Amino acid sequence: MRNILNTLRLGKRTSVILLALLVCAGLLGPFFLQHDPYTQDLLARMHEPVWSDEGDWTHLLGTDHLGRDVLARVLYGVRVSALIGISVALMGCLIGTTLGVLGGYFGGTTDRVISFLITARLSLPIILVALAVVSLAESSLLIVVLVLGLLLWERYALVARTMATGLRQAEFVVAARIQGCSHLQIMWHEIMPNLFGNLVIIGTIEAAMAITLEASLSFLGLGVPPPLPSLGLMIAEGKEHILFQPSLVLIPSVVLFLLVLCVNHCGESIRNAQRKD
Amino acid sequence: MVYYILRRLAVSILLIIFVSLISFSLIFASGDPAAKLAGEGGSAADAARLASQYGFDQPLVVQYLKWLTAVAQGDFGVSLYFGRPVQELLSQHFALTAKLGGMAMVLALLIAIPLGIAAGRWPKSLIDRLAMGFTAFSQAIPPFCLAFLLIICFSVKNTWLPASGFDTWKHYLMPTVVLAVFATPAIIRLMKAEMETVLRSDYVRTARAMGLGSNKILLKYALRNALRPIVSLAAAQMGTLLAGSVVVETVFAINGAGQLAWVSILRGDFPAIQALILIFSLFYIALTLCADVVNGWLDPRVRALR
Amino acid sequence: MDHQEKLLRVVGLNVDITGGLVTKKVVRDVSFSVDQGQTLCIVGESGCGKSLTALSLLGLLPVGAERRVSQLRFKDVEMSTLSQYELGALRGARIAMIFQDPMTSLNPVFTVGTQLVDILLQHKPVTRREAIDRAKYLLTRVGINNPEVRLKQYPHELSGGLRQRVMIAMALMCGPELLVADEPTTALDVTVQAELLDLLKDIQQEFKLGLIFISHDLGLVAKIADQVMVMYAGEVVEAGAASEVLRNPMHPYTELLLRCIPRPGHTVPKSVLSSISGTIPPFEDEIVGCPFYDRCPIKEAACKLPGVQLDSRGAHQILCIKPGALRMGEQQ
Repeated sequence: MRNILNTLRLGKRTSVILLALLVCAGLLGPFFLQHDPYTQDLLARMHEPVWSDEGDWTHLLGTDHLGRDVLARVLYGVRVSALIGISVALMGCLIGTTLGVLGGYFGGTTDRVISFLITARLSLPIILVALAVVSLAESSLLIVVLVLGLLLWERYALVARTMATGLRQAEFVVAARIQGCSHLQIMWHEIMPNLFGNLVIIGTIEAAMAITLEASLSFLGLGVPPPLPSLGLMIAEGKEHILFQPSLVLIPSVVLFLLVLCVNHCGESIRNAQRKD
Repeated sequence: MVYYILRRLAVSILLIIFVSLISFSLIFASGDPAAKLAGEGGSAADAARLASQYGFDQPLVVQYLKWLTAVAQGDFGVSLYFGRPVQELLSQHFALTAKLGGMAMVLALLIAIPLGIAAGRWPKSLIDRLAMGFTAFSQAIPPFCLAFLLIICFSVKNTWLPASGFDTWKHYLMPTVVLAVFATPAIIRLMKAEMETVLRSDYVRTARAMGLGSNKILLKYALRNALRPIVSLAAAQMGTLLAGSVVVETVFAINGAGQLAWVSILRGDFPAIQALILIFSLFYIALTLCADVVNGWLDPRVRALR
Repeated sequence: MDHQEKLLRVVGLNVDITGGLVTKKVVRDVSFSVDQGQTLCIVGESGCGKSLTALSLLGLLPVGAERRVSQLRFKDVEMSTLSQYELGALRGARIAMIFQDPMTSLNPVFTVGTQLVDILLQHKPVTRREAIDRAKYLLTRVGINNPEVRLKQYPHELSGGLRQRVMIAMALMCGPELLVADEPTTALDVTVQAELLDLLKDIQQEFKLGLIFISHDLGLVAKIADQVMVMYAGEVVEAGAASEVLRNPMHPYTELLLRCIPRPGHTVPKSVLSSISGTIPPFEDEIVGCPFYDRCPIKEAACKLPGVQLDSRGAHQILCIKPGALRMGEQQ
């Protein structure tokens, strides 16, 4: 019993290390690989991973239906996912925090308009809108990031708005006001620093969300365009061969799962650490 | 309460108009929809002909108002790909998705509420850690990965369940589970957090001071207070769930609104895309309104809101 | 003193709060007793451990706080060894408690009626009808008009004073023998305070209640107390009959507290009225000698010696090596 509890608790620290490893592997790994993720080798198609009976050491995780090295593609996929996660989280943060702080700080009509925008955004089905836009506007990495960034900001806005509403009446804000600071100065110097901790936590949630969403888009064939390797795309391509070589689906699935799990867990560790202070 | 609901209704109508504007303008994401329709081989003349046929050459405001008036009368236009009225397609496909989503939501609530209550009642206990472990797992696994995992386990390695289709209850089992797992983590977390807060409250202390039994305190006095945010969340999750069915329906080849959406998007079927996005939004708005009504029933303070 | 006469007897009560690595001793070795039909007032500034003392009696301490007690005897029951379940049968039925903040102490989503009726149904084999009748009777008894209407109302529809009356009615539902009131009037307007105090006094006489009344307001205490216990930093510094303690305070802390009460006709020097300077010593440390040492105006080296403890002068207990010295000194 005690053992089980301890193992579960250990999960937190491991997740940080694992995430660091995954991202490092994604960033640095390709420099050490002999294969690049795009080269097709039709003679070496559908190689099994090294641990199966038919696997060999030239392709550690095997090859896909076009003979591309799965390990190289997975590492590039992690890189793409990380890039999307981080940029979407930052973009959403920029939009959401701006709106939220404006609404919370000024209140009144501004607040009502911004609350309306938040509700409107919530009522739009993210995945359908993202699919439609990406499909209509010729898919590219940039488009995917832009669309997801424009959709995933409501959580920042909600939290920033609530906190700014509370801080508006705080003594240090009133004091700054009396000293003649402009609204912009107050929002930037007095309110923003207080939001920082929460924004980081939401950032991890949104990054994980963006990674999952991108994978879903790619899986439906409308994410980052092939041949750019993406974990979702690999799963979609692998599903055609799920009966013959399940590893083509399993490997990217596991990596995607671990990536999202670690990002979420890191966010939680940050939250717990902040709560203790 | 009546006044409160009326006000929420008014906001909802504004929301619907705003959302319809967005769903309408989405088709211009490609730049010129007529050129898109004409295809890569299409000439400028083709595009111009199509533009006049679908009214793309008229001012945007006129197009939007025309579309909105038609939609208000239940006319979503004719699908470019299926060649049938969109509302016919919708009524045909949406029921299946709603059924699937409804079952998934019921399952999710059945799992999440008891787990959340237990985790909030006994923090740091084994059940709390198991619940949190399950939450971490279900939050991290993308729905289509879980779908494949289930297919590999139950349809490929064993042949207990069919991997696609929607004829018998067995077909619904895996999609329902996938959607439910997708919806549970947020509900478990919120339920736990709310329960912890409520159990620390003064009125629960009063109930204990008056000697009420611990089960009665937990399941009557505390639960009703903790449930209000859960109702709101569940309504929102239900909306997300319906939209999320696009992935699940694709994997399990279920011919619902999700798959209809996917096909329409792949084929650039503008009228269908516009209609589907609007309908999913409408569902979300309607669900949140229902949540407000339920909360009014649960909590007298909501009833007193103006 | 005969043991059988006492309604409640507490010996050696300690409460520890453990948070992280430090353990705070917030109530230290407190002993007292309450007779049937009598009122014991526990007095002290906020944070001196009086609320935790009260909560610990009923086993209602918050998570992280722990009680150690050598004897906790309620009539014929030794409560210190009871399980939470057995305690539950006593709470509300024979010992009831009312709290400071009536705004948050009533459940917002149930009607007053439900909350009253559930208590009686929990403890007594009565029908719902009978429970409703009892609730109506008690609402009338605590001075609420239109009990039928009030039963169907929710707490947010009532004023603070009414809510506190409802709390009192809840406490009386099962006809308890001991009532613990934790600052029941602090959150209310002054006029309402006086009414509620009179109500409590009335009810105490009618039901022959033992009453533990916790307050920081010596003015209120003077009106209601039979016995007074003054706490400072988790320790009892003075205790005894109300007439004795309030008229003849022997501990400098009690004396200073009494001086803080503004009285008509007396012009108190502003410096004395405003506050007693200094703060309570940290609860992490073991206190040797008098806990009030740091803030005492007449302290001397001997006050810090380990031998300084609660001493009896008849029924009057004082924790001071120079009892009454502060008052005497000023009068000279």
